[in-house]
Amino acid sequence: MQHIRADVVIVGAGGAGLRAAIAIAESDPDVEVALISKVYPMRSHTCAAVGGAAGVKRPDDSLGLHFDDTVSGGDWLCDQDVVEYFVEQAPRELVQLEHWGCPWSRDEDGSVSVRAFGGMQKKRTWYAADKSGFHILNTLFQTSLQFPSIKRYDEFFALDLLHEDNHARGVVAMEMRSGLFFHFSGKSVIMATGGAGRIFPFTTNGAIKTGDGMAMAYRAGVPLKDMEFVQYHPTGLPGTGILLTEGCRGEGGVLINKNGYRYLQDYDMGPETPLGEPVFKSMELGPRDRLSQAFWHEQKKGNTVETAWGDCVLMDMRHLGAQKILERLPLVHELALSYVGVDMIKEPVPVRPVVHYMMGGIASNIDAETPMAGLFAIGETACGSLNGANRLGSNSLTELLVFGKRAAAAAAAFAADSNSPADESAMSVQAEAVVARVRGLLQQTEGTESIAGIRREMMSSLEEGAGIYRDEEGTEAACKKIAELQVRTAAIEVHDKSNVFNTDLQSMLELQNMLDVAECVAEAAHARRESRGAHQRLDYTERDDEHYLKHSLSFRQAGERPRIGWLDVTITRSQPGVRDYSGDKN
Amino acid sequence: MQTRQVELVVMRFDPEKDREPWFQEYTVPCQEDWAVLDALNYVKENIDTALNYRWSCHMMVCGSCGMMVNGEPSLTCKTFIRDLPDKIRVEALENFPIERDLVVVLDDVMQKLQQVQPYLIRKDEPPPEDVEYQQSRAALAKFKQLTLCINCMCCYSACPQYGLDSNFIGPAALALAHRYNLDSRDQGKSQRLDILADHDGVWECSFVGACSEVCPKSVDPAAAIQQMKIDGAIEYWKQKLGFPGGGS
Repeated sequence: MQHIRADVVIVGAGGAGLRAAIAIAESDPDVEVALISKVYPMRSHTCAAVGGAAGVKRPDDSLGLHFDDTVSGGDWLCDQDVVEYFVEQAPRELVQLEHWGCPWSRDEDGSVSVRAFGGMQKKRTWYAADKSGFHILNTLFQTSLQFPSIKRYDEFFALDLLHEDNHARGVVAMEMRSGLFFHFSGKSVIMATGGAGRIFPFTTNGAIKTGDGMAMAYRAGVPLKDMEFVQYHPTGLPGTGILLTEGCRGEGGVLINKNGYRYLQDYDMGPETPLGEPVFKSMELGPRDRLSQAFWHEQKKGNTVETAWGDCVLMDMRHLGAQKILERLPLVHELALSYVGVDMIKEPVPVRPVVHYMMGGIASNIDAETPMAGLFAIGETACGSLNGANRLGSNSLTELLVFGKRAAAAAAAFAADSNSPADESAMSVQAEAVVARVRGLLQQTEGTESIAGIRREMMSSLEEGAGIYRDEEGTEAACKKIAELQVRTAAIEVHDKSNVFNTDLQSMLELQNMLDVAECVAEAAHARRESRGAHQRLDYTERDDEHYLKHSLSFRQAGERPRIGWLDVTITRSQPGVRDYSGDKN
Repeated sequence: MQTRQVELVVMRFDPEKDREPWFQEYTVPCQEDWAVLDALNYVKENIDTALNYRWSCHMMVCGSCGMMVNGEPSLTCKTFIRDLPDKIRVEALENFPIERDLVVVLDDVMQKLQQVQPYLIRKDEPPPEDVEYQQSRAALAKFKQLTLCINCMCCYSACPQYGLDSNFIGPAALALAHRYNLDSRDQGKSQRLDILADHDGVWECSFVGACSEVCPKSVDPAAAIQQMKIDGAIEYWKQKLGFPGGGS
């Protein structure tokens, strides 16, 4: 097995991984970075983020207001030290991207423009038309090309962490082109592999988002934090699940039911606002969890519209006019036209909630440190507790930057200070065991199960048991089902035996990763007997700060369901209060 | 939803077994709103798990799923079954070595993207770290279209010049260089000129315009290359005659 040594090994080359790599390269060109990604960096899912990145910009705004919106948006499950650091660093990071050439949209006077977003009481979302994530990712990727100390390993599929005595030592990865295995040794390791939306049947997430990093950490004994919090975005295109950005509503789009009624006013987000004049933090600019929950109730009441792709509500943008739609939301316009045949300039677009983002992930703190020495985690794969129980739209792109940079400093410092060399022979034995596991999958013959079949069952059990609303019985059924599927994967045959770009094998490995993540989502949803943010229980309908103002931690127990532990939330200056999304106060 | 039977004729190639590519036919019941990518996913899930291709976002932005569809370089997530006949031929992108089935080797174009120095180059100090550059909407509009390239590489597949001589830097990378040259924040134009005006640079382009025709994002690399030829000539004479400002 080829052995590659680096100071810092970064797994994942999306927004977070690239930002970290650049930060290390800029601060010290002698620090060797190995940047491993299962896709070419510009294919990473950061590219699909549409609306923008939050950071205080205008004189009528303040860091305190951004803090308040984030903490209340997260239903007080955010770690407030993390939020304080985040809001303070956000503007500088967004200017940094501007200095690297990001084509942000501009105001008349030539300064960067900001737009309104759900749950935010001021305009503070920096955007590049409706391709903000795409431009951020490409700016970072292109900028990274000038640093020779960043060595890229594109289309290398990371398989497992190497570790000893709770100390991360590297990863094993498979080169897709050759099927060869590589042992990467690192003095520190940063996980930046993105989320796991693909565990659900209907998601905005691309095919690559299979929770690989979360599963690798979990298998290595690192807990996953707050996995029960899964964000449904309220406005996905039916059928494909393609996202219609919150920017649509930020620009003034409204949601109506089959009677043409703006139903959000019935769910504590009224009063109705004038058409085309959105009011911050109310109606269509309420937070994502509340809007998705409102859909669920409308569907129960029979107020949704039946379409060929199932029940929907309608997003009406017609009053914005062709010019504004084509200038600010050109991609969204094209997507709706192409995939559901609706021209939003002329007709309302059918939409429904769609799984979008995992608030949970690898347990990490303000320095992106995990409970495992030398292992850091950033971006959607991490849970640094910026987002709490519900992420506000446009905080996550900025999160990639702020904590990508901070993790870079922490991981480089850890690498520089490392004075306990790895037991190389023990690590080689561990690496060989990982390879044996993968080779074993190829040797399996006469399977009675299929990857696609098990994947479908996993998805539907999560949607039924751990969807927008949950209860004791449903979550228990999902836990049992996932445990059963874990066992049944042993009977899958990988039909493709080739070493070259074998996506049959890759799908199998991704399925194993997804099941590991799925068991945590179901178990944590089962354990949290309260309703908070994106986690809504029909049998425990109120928030219960006395018992559950805590993060959940899912620990792996081989052959058994995960064990759930609890961790205190860090509160600095905002005691839990009421989330108020009525427009009256404004 | 209505379905339509489609014959998908798909290029297969495994370098461990095959000396050359061959074709396999799959019958796929396609829903009316499907793209070619959905049909491939149907095959992968239900008929043949050993079929290999790249894809991810399914929303025209990650650039992974470029392939030949009935002879045209196409982004398969935005090439719809409804616009195609009952027999659809899907092949790996032309002008690239085939890695496996519909997956092509991208080393060469990845190296070319890097070669054109696609990042802001400054001679003057940038503004302080909390101060942005001012850039008028008109200045942004000059290069904005060129930022939309998703690197699907359909343009390289369509480019006859790249097919003849893969030393040619080619459409996407040249358009990317031009994007930075046109950015009001950049001062690296003269630094890039050495590469772009080299014999493998803009002058290799024979202006067939096929790149722009197949571009799924309307980036128009052909026009960018023509503008660069003019810019390059002006720059050359500026430097030759020692005009002030030449090279910025």
